Amino acid sequence: MYPFDYVRASSVEDAVSAAQTTAGSRFLAGGMTVLPMLKQRLANPTQLIDLGHLAGLRFIRADIDGIHIGAMTTHAAVAGSGLVREAIPALARLVDGIGDPQVRHRGTLGGALATNDSAGDYVAAALALAATIVTDRRRIAADDFFRGMGETALAADELITEVVFPIPRRAGYAKFEQLASRYALVAVMAAETTVAGPRVAVIGAASCAFRLPALETALSRRWHAAAADSLAIDPDGLTSDLCGSAAYRADLVGVLARRAIADAG
Amino acid sequence: MSTATPITRVSITMIVNDQPVTAEVDPRTLLVDFLRETLQLTGTHVGCDTSQCGACVVHVDGLSVKSCSMLAVQADGSRIVTIEGLAQAEDLHPVQQAFYTQHALQCGYCTPGMVMSAVDLIAHNPQPTDREIRAWLKGNLCRCTGYHNIVSAIAAAARAAHAPASANP
Repeated sequence: MYPFDYVRASSVEDAVSAAQTTAGSRFLAGGMTVLPMLKQRLANPTQLIDLGHLAGLRFIRADIDGIHIGAMTTHAAVAGSGLVREAIPALARLVDGIGDPQVRHRGTLGGALATNDSAGDYVAAALALAATIVTDRRRIAADDFFRGMGETALAADELITEVVFPIPRRAGYAKFEQLASRYALVAVMAAETTVAGPRVAVIGAASCAFRLPALETALSRRWHAAAADSLAIDPDGLTSDLCGSAAYRADLVGVLARRAIADAG
Repeated sequence: MSTATPITRVSITMIVNDQPVTAEVDPRTLLVDFLRETLQLTGTHVGCDTSQCGACVVHVDGLSVKSCSMLAVQADGSRIVTIEGLAQAEDLHPVQQAFYTQHALQCGYCTPGMVMSAVDLIAHNPQPTDREIRAWLKGNLCRCTGYHNIVSAIAAAARAAHAPASANP
């Protein structure tokens, strides 16, 4: 790791102010993405702003517009939450499959969305469930949040404080794990939302998550798994690597979309 | 970086295996390096250094974490338990004893992390099924045993911990 200075934020305002004062600062949530990046010298922040003591960002509560989850809530807390399991069981299952138990003890919702990993499970959930990402200064729809590989709509000094997941009529998740890393080679979340209709989100297949509008239209006529059978995914632009060709991933998208819809019931 | 302002060292205090510890560290010091090099607690191993293998698992405030993927400064104010903190005097911890009895190790490199993971599992799920044990060990790699005896040892330790209660209704 390159050397960096370290400050511990005592409030959201404090964290944002520290980022504004020192150019090249970076927020540190659970560190499950940032620390491995720093170790590989893929980032060189002047200062890490530790959010670990912002206890006010660790909560899960139900409100009229859905389940609100604080940005610093760990994956283990979400996966184990009775409230989440009851309201959006597919979300609880999805989060329970992130990383491994030790990663879930440290990794956070805010960190997972802010890093926008192309195979990030939470990214699929935010997109498919039409989540709203709340920051220290505004509310951002998931559709406007993920901008490309590792890129988001967040400004450098902008901090996610909570995420609102509207409760869907139904939702399902299907993930094909890369056999060594257990990351999603491809995964699909399908949800029938109350406000935005059917939404299907894909991760792992390309450099950034994306939705399947044609399938969503078909599902709006009737919710059935076979709707995915006629899905034609163009491999052009999909990821091709050691673990699978673009054509293979295109095929997986259809298979997993079918399974996700079936999983939703 | 040579012309940059010198990095400020950070003072940290934590309880490690019931002993209070205070030190000044470079912010980039990993918890595992602090444990091994500053405190000389070398039972915690560094395997992959990329949070894949789990050889470095310790408990921070009662939860198993990978100490290679946490900064020492992030553990400031925490209670840490390492593999050295499990045994009481001459008596192995029941999970350590079960690993010994069930031949759950060959080279032993992954063992400290395996044991710390298993202790956390049993603390939160006293009677795990074999399936739950295997799912829990997703973040602990063993390149020798094929896992079979590790799973048996953890199941045996859980049964042993449960036995006194069920034997005396």
